Amino acid sequence: MHELAVAQALVEQVESVIRQHRAQSASLIRVRIGPLSGVVAELLANAFPLAAAGSRMEHAVLDLVAAPITVRCETCGAQTEAAMNRLVCGACGDWHTRITSGDELVLESVELETAPTLAPNS
Amino acid sequence: MCDTCGCNLTPGNRHLAFKPVAPGTTAVSVLKGLLAKNDDQATHNRAHFDRRGILAVNLMSSPGSGKTALLEATLTALKDEFTCAVIEGDLETENDAERIRALGVRAHQIVTGTACHLDAHLVHDALHQIDLDGVDILFIENVGNLVCPASFDLGQHLNVTLLSVTEGDDKPAKYPVMFRAADAMLLTKTDLLAVLDDFDPDKAEAHLRELANPAPVMRLSARKALGMEAWLAWLRSELAAQRARVKNGQTRRPAIQPDGQQLHRARA
Repeated sequence: MHELAVAQALVEQVESVIRQHRAQSASLIRVRIGPLSGVVAELLANAFPLAAAGSRMEHAVLDLVAAPITVRCETCGAQTEAAMNRLVCGACGDWHTRITSGDELVLESVELETAPTLAPNS
Repeated sequence: MCDTCGCNLTPGNRHLAFKPVAPGTTAVSVLKGLLAKNDDQATHNRAHFDRRGILAVNLMSSPGSGKTALLEATLTALKDEFTCAVIEGDLETENDAERIRALGVRAHQIVTGTACHLDAHLVHDALHQIDLDGVDILFIENVGNLVCPASFDLGQHLNVTLLSVTEGDDKPAKYPVMFRAADAMLLTKTDLLAVLDDFDPDKAEAHLRELANPAPVMRLSARKALGMEAWLAWLRSELAAQRARVKNGQTRRPAIQPDGQQLHRARA
């Protein structure tokens, strides 16, 4: 499966965010996945620790947010939820629709541990 | 994908662009496609094709649905009309590239080892191994797999997904990510329909429409030379469309990212 390749791409991206912000490590990584991205959340969750081993995010929590599938109908204009293999309009049944959510695979946000605060003088 | 034009923002995630900051930590909003690195490479590959006026077509299907046989028939039919080249992807062997070379057509074999799909970097490396001078159409035959290849942009302009009639007519419903990405669906081996009573081409097409995909569906048999003319005519018209785009400084992304397509203009 290709989830390990995706996990490695995720680790590279988070690493560059850590670098850009001169942070110590990442504590939380939030990824938004739609079913139509072709990536399975459970498999990505299993692959992530392998890809992140020894990196500055190996202790980070990977928060996978499931995006619902919604379509907008080009005929009647309704926005409705849809099933993965039935992307027709939920209102009028027409198949001339556009996906408005459900195909994304996005690194949404990262929480970073910034430089350790100086210990208060005692 | 890009970080600048906002194409990563969708109505579904826009509200998440700003996050509250927890004490002791900094929350950073990224909103970047996870496959951004692959997509950047794919964009580079596409620019390379556009500079040379090449139409790049990615063929995807399950193993054994007739991608190489289709290529053999297509390359033979177009021999006097266009210069074609082929990049083959398989886990092992040079067999497919050798079949193409036997026709006198340039071919490069990517051996992926265990990887179940081609990615933009593999294709980029292959481009350095193959002579693209004078090429009109580059075919990329992806690894036979109805799952993973659909998620990786290679830099192609068009995705062509094959469904052989020896499979099931509900394949588009079972593998929606793959069939949603198709710019054309080819029903192959249709000469066998006479002896198969459980494949209904109309049902296959109806399942594709349920994925909101308006792609043309063409029925053909490469081996028996049935229905090839419609497919060849489609290729000719797509090559003409590609040349018109190149002239106007535009490009086309495959159906994988239909929304990004409108936002991505080739930048001169």
